[in-house]
Amino acid sequence: MTQIDAAQERRQRWLSVLAQASAEQVATLWQRLGPAPAYSVLRQPEIGLVMVQGRISGSGASFAAGEMTVTRAAVRLTTGQLGIGYVGGRHPRQAEIVAALDAMGQMPEWQRRIEDQVVAPLAADADARRRRRASKAAATKVDFFTVAREAGT
Amino acid sequence: MYVAVKGGETAIEHSLELLADRRRGDRDVPELSLRQIDEQLALAVDRVMTEGSCYDRELAALAIKQARGDLVEAIFLLRAYRTTLPRFGDTLPIDTARMVAERRISSTFKDVPGGQVLGPTFDYTHRLLDFALMANGEHPAAPTAPVDTTNDLPRVGDILEREGMLEPPPSAENDAPAQDITRTPLTLPASRPVRLQNLARGDEGFLLALAYSTQRGYGNNHPFVGEIRFGAVPVSFVPEELGFAIEIAEIDVTECDMVNQFAGSHDVPPQFTRGYGLAFGHAERKAMSMALVDRSLRAGELSENATAPAQDEEFVLAHSDSVEASGFVQHLKLPHYVDFQSELVVVRTLRAEVEARLQQAAE
Repeated sequence: MTQIDAAQERRQRWLSVLAQASAEQVATLWQRLGPAPAYSVLRQPEIGLVMVQGRISGSGASFAAGEMTVTRAAVRLTTGQLGIGYVGGRHPRQAEIVAALDAMGQMPEWQRRIEDQVVAPLAADADARRRRRASKAAATKVDFFTVAREAGT
Repeated sequence: MYVAVKGGETAIEHSLELLADRRRGDRDVPELSLRQIDEQLALAVDRVMTEGSCYDRELAALAIKQARGDLVEAIFLLRAYRTTLPRFGDTLPIDTARMVAERRISSTFKDVPGGQVLGPTFDYTHRLLDFALMANGEHPAAPTAPVDTTNDLPRVGDILEREGMLEPPPSAENDAPAQDITRTPLTLPASRPVRLQNLARGDEGFLLALAYSTQRGYGNNHPFVGEIRFGAVPVSFVPEELGFAIEIAEIDVTECDMVNQFAGSHDVPPQFTRGYGLAFGHAERKAMSMALVDRSLRAGELSENATAPAQDEEFVLAHSDSVEASGFVQHLKLPHYVDFQSELVVVRTLRAEVEARLQQAAE
């Protein structure tokens, strides 16, 4: 894998984890990270919509299933790195923090800290949340009893 | 002669204040929070998001609170709000095979791979009022069981498809986003993706009645529930600034793949055909009704006799939207004084003529 691919893959993973976390949690971990480098806001947090596409029978041609709200923001560090934030729902502060983290993630000196102190805990929380939900569902899985047929053959 | 053309401003203002007063109700009763509506009236929130065609639990809860629980009014409020927002683009199609399913059932195969997972359903309740809920007691958490992470949930449709017993869904020629009726007005005949968008936004009561009518023989389409699944799916979007996909959210959806008997036609051998339903949140009745009506609207495509209302594309698509229907029915409350005056004059004239004729005949 080239360095560019690896960098893109990391951004992709971070942005996905950060977008799916709760706005409160992202804000808390951002605070704990300590003083962030200075940045200017290129695009003020803006609330808008995306059209969610579905597929006929789950796997066929796509159709417009309905919209959802999204908030986006963009920042630039004084050192030049550009950061983008897109988060589902209406969360202006979260979108700006995500954009700042995306920009900082492009600085090698920040990568480890953000990975360990922000992204990894949020990813673990998301996994735990999914597991909790799946484990309650698993308890409702049907076990069919098989009935032995009368002997006779 | 002067005609009153203005007035009532004060009355209207006071009416709005009375509405707000009634909305709040008895001040001795605690006010509902949006979190309470979201958590405890979750299925109302799901319906408002589905028919409001906008996934945002908090906004839907606000709309329900503002509309005093009138869900059709809440849907209208959410639709009105969405018109104020810019559109950032289209997501990639959601992949329901990746769903973290809370419920997954098939009524065609008992031993479906991945199993039958009942999830939270009213199906096995006795529909007896539960007076224990009046007591506001704490409720214990639901039991859990180990999750088999290697056990994925293959689509039931794919299994039948491989055997050639079930038609595959129409594939996308190029995977461009489908036509969007909120941007390009609906024209007839409509493509299947356009019909599905219309039905996804459509009124649940209307679609339920149409679906029921097909079962009772008005466009019979012999349905089986191939599969219903409900749970969380990631939503992927490619921001233009990035050029690669990120998962911007996880949303709950309900999907229904209905399997229907089909005798075949001159160029298609007998096989099963399908109808599809998809709704935001947990909305099985809606997803099932949508799937049945999607299938009945395919009558023309499958060379079936289209004789019933549920098979009439124009009738169904033009009357499915609760916001349009409610607006047109309720506009009758607006002043029609002049219209009515003119009709009154016409009827009086006609009556006078009839009376004159009768009198002439009697003389």
